[in-house]
Amino acid sequence: MTTQVQIADVVPSYPSPLKEFWQSFSHNKGAVVALFIFLSVIFCGVFAGWIAPHDPVEQYRDHMLTPPSWAGGGMSTYLLGTDELGRDILSRLIHGARISLFIAFMSVLMSLIPGMVLGLLAAFFPKGAGTVIMRVMDVMLALPGILLAICIITILGPGLINTMIAIAIGTLPSYTRLTRAAAMAEINKEYVTASRVAGAGALRLMFLTVLPNCMAPIIVNATLGFSSAILETAALGFLGLGVQPPTPEWGTMLSAARDYIERAPWVVTMPGVTILVTVLSINLMGDGLRDALDPKLKRAA
Amino acid sequence: MSLLKIRNLRVEFGSLAHPFPAVDGLDFDIDRGELVGIVGESGSGKSVTMMALMGLIDAPGRVTADELVFDGHDLLKLKPAQRRKIVGKDISMIFQDALTSLNPSYTVGFQIKESLKVHMGLRGAALEKRALELLELVEIPAAKSRLGAYPHQLSGGMNQRVMIAVAIACNPKLLIADEPTTALDVTIQAQIMDLLERLQKEHNMGLIMITHDLAVIAEMAKRICVMYAGQVVEQAPVADLFRAPRHPYTQALLEAIPEHSKGARRLSALPGIVPGHYDRPKGCLLSPRCRYAQDKCSQERPALLDGVRCYYPLNAEGESTHG
Amino acid sequence: MFSFILRKLATVIPTFIGITLVAFALIRMIPGDPIEVMVGERKLDPVMHAAAMQRLGLDQPLHIQYFRYVKDLAQGDLGISLVTREPVTKEFLTLFPATVELAICALLFAVLVGLPAGMIAGLKRGSVFDHGVMGVSMTGFSMPIFWWGLILIMYFSVTLGWTPVSGRIDIEFDIAQRTGFLLIDSWLSGEEGAFKSAAMHLILPTIVLGTIPLAVIARMTRSSMLEVLREDYIRTARAKGLAPTRVVVVHALRNALIPVITVIGLQVGSLLGGAVLTETIYSWPGIGKWLVDSISRRDYPVVQAGILVSATIFIVVNLFVDILYGVVNPRIRSAK
Repeated sequence: MTTQVQIADVVPSYPSPLKEFWQSFSHNKGAVVALFIFLSVIFCGVFAGWIAPHDPVEQYRDHMLTPPSWAGGGMSTYLLGTDELGRDILSRLIHGARISLFIAFMSVLMSLIPGMVLGLLAAFFPKGAGTVIMRVMDVMLALPGILLAICIITILGPGLINTMIAIAIGTLPSYTRLTRAAAMAEINKEYVTASRVAGAGALRLMFLTVLPNCMAPIIVNATLGFSSAILETAALGFLGLGVQPPTPEWGTMLSAARDYIERAPWVVTMPGVTILVTVLSINLMGDGLRDALDPKLKRAA
Repeated sequence: MSLLKIRNLRVEFGSLAHPFPAVDGLDFDIDRGELVGIVGESGSGKSVTMMALMGLIDAPGRVTADELVFDGHDLLKLKPAQRRKIVGKDISMIFQDALTSLNPSYTVGFQIKESLKVHMGLRGAALEKRALELLELVEIPAAKSRLGAYPHQLSGGMNQRVMIAVAIACNPKLLIADEPTTALDVTIQAQIMDLLERLQKEHNMGLIMITHDLAVIAEMAKRICVMYAGQVVEQAPVADLFRAPRHPYTQALLEAIPEHSKGARRLSALPGIVPGHYDRPKGCLLSPRCRYAQDKCSQERPALLDGVRCYYPLNAEGESTHG
Repeated sequence: MFSFILRKLATVIPTFIGITLVAFALIRMIPGDPIEVMVGERKLDPVMHAAAMQRLGLDQPLHIQYFRYVKDLAQGDLGISLVTREPVTKEFLTLFPATVELAICALLFAVLVGLPAGMIAGLKRGSVFDHGVMGVSMTGFSMPIFWWGLILIMYFSVTLGWTPVSGRIDIEFDIAQRTGFLLIDSWLSGEEGAFKSAAMHLILPTIVLGTIPLAVIARMTRSSMLEVLREDYIRTARAKGLAPTRVVVVHALRNALIPVITVIGLQVGSLLGGAVLTETIYSWPGIGKWLVDSISRRDYPVVQAGILVSATIFIVVNLFVDILYGVVNPRIRSAK
């Protein structure tokens, strides 16, 4: 028995990939703080119904434009004040988290998956499909994100689902290009050739052999895509082309608040700070992820 | 008086609490017009020593020495601006990979003329003439047209010639060549070596040739200095060193040269690698890898005595002298 | 060099054709045919409908319609606005300089602040300045700029009263349009206070529009600087005994700027997108606001033109950047 224990002691134990990742990630203090902020935003979004003190669309007509509780004339029931229709801003922000996160998550998913498939196709069949795919992506890239979204909203009309679609289409080229570039770099490596020689089919090569090795930059890009999706959702909402009122969406809230800049600055400040903090935390997290996932960049950073 | 005199040079990296000495108490001399080879594995501190001499070690690296005297100036006592008047002019250096060591955004001509302008104050026609002369000196064909070429337009051997031209532009008293041929084809290697040897003789330069390949400098150098883990372990004239190496490490290096170990069935290799940051032995730095190591070797560090840093130097028959 | 430019030009042509296809398709993908779209909610009797279709050539096969569209484009005809009944090209030409003026100022602001900040941060890596620049640029990068615009108005215009809230110039000035750039026109007009008024109107929109490009440029310059400083040729330059400033300015900077130029080019996309938001906040009479207004007015020919023009600008600017890239980077130029 004792000898066995000794052997186990001698064998060097390599940390599990997950543990190694966490060690790397937690080295970046900003990223850890950001992660906790982001997790609490997710928590708010998921349990909005329980956390929010009020109904987000209920209009308390007697308390229109109540200042935040700490300001003069504020009421403790409306912690962050009320808007021009007497709705509780805090509750709207909490419910808004659910909408923003949902749209961002769905739009990332809706561009990530087709983007990866198209990128792999372009890398594996550079002559035929690849050329066509990359030309189409070039055209899509020629329209800056929000303009492409506007273009799509013009066709589809505003709304929650259409916002998702518009943002997803807008970010599709970046995933396609990234996957293609990463796959092209991997495709000529020995392990892929070995797998090919061993008789792996095109599909197996694409998804099981090459794709896992391209994931690091794609994951980092998806994080950044998530934050820019939140920004874009808000921008579209602000322009009146996104989620329509009375749905409590952060950008839509700002759009309505513009007229109250002078009288009720909190109506403008609160949603913006929420967007900024959320996006900033995701971006900081993305930086941490990049450092942890990409050893080459880690040295450079 | 020697051209360069180094005494107890130390180059440390890492934190003050846990320093890692890349060069550990190095002594070295070279005379005017002398050609000395420095040999050692990767990580033995050859390049770091020369970088320290050139003043290229940045914080957090720390350079200390009892003496670092070049041509009468103690380099460590000079102000940076004064030191830069010597570095690049009287001491110059060529590096391993010429393509990456030349700036891709400037023409070859620009990079040669730069030193001439800064150190010699040449301008106009004189500058042009000297640049051309240098290219011809390093045997670049069609020199005139090559002045306007970019590094990526030239071959590896050609770029190394350009590097040499840059290095000898101001007639240095000491030239350091840090593995100048490692990145090149074998035939080109020989050409570059011949060129360096010729230039060294013609200009009576001191030349320090750094390499990890003993065979490369066996024919050129008069004296060879073998480094291991930041220390000089043996120093001797070439002939003696090849005939009868006294340090076990030198012996191991020689045995790894195919021509030198004729008759052996297979080349012997020294097991293991140069100690890193965390596994520096307490005693002789080679002791974990040395086939002759005794108890004493792993307890205390030997000093460099009579050109060899070993408690039990090998005798003429290549056998250890203990017991 | 000339063949390099031609090669670059050739790669852009398919993209441009794609853009015209998208713009052409846009108006036909909106639910309802173009005639219905034009008359809006009202019902149109079938005979008039058919007549209108024929007059506009909409009964022709799609590829014929497309060629007509491209032919019109080539003659500078972008169609007729449904709301004002004016040619879209004419409206565009009056609004375009406003956007260009704003975009140039914003880009200048971003480059003039972001480039040196990123450079110094890279050189003084790990210093307080470095951390400051990185923090600020990360925040700028995460900024919802439409909100940022509102906050600046709230503070500088409403609370402090330093800058005007919206528009390009105070209403009392009637500046003759010469270049379309109000900064220049008001300067030329010689009217007292006109230039100052135009400049004051520009400040906030410039900052707002320049924020994200500034953040991106600063980050990119820093990391590019760090990368270049590790290169072998920097070691060579130092081994030549060159002064540190010469090493940085002559040897590091030029190489560090090469990737930054590409990033600056890509920022034009962010500027065009950002212009939509910035112009909306500051009621800046440019093509961004025009585009948003036209969507809400369902003025589809204008939307179509706006999309086409924005994409064209983006393509042209990036083509220019690609060529510039070749000029500063000799390796690219000669690569076949």
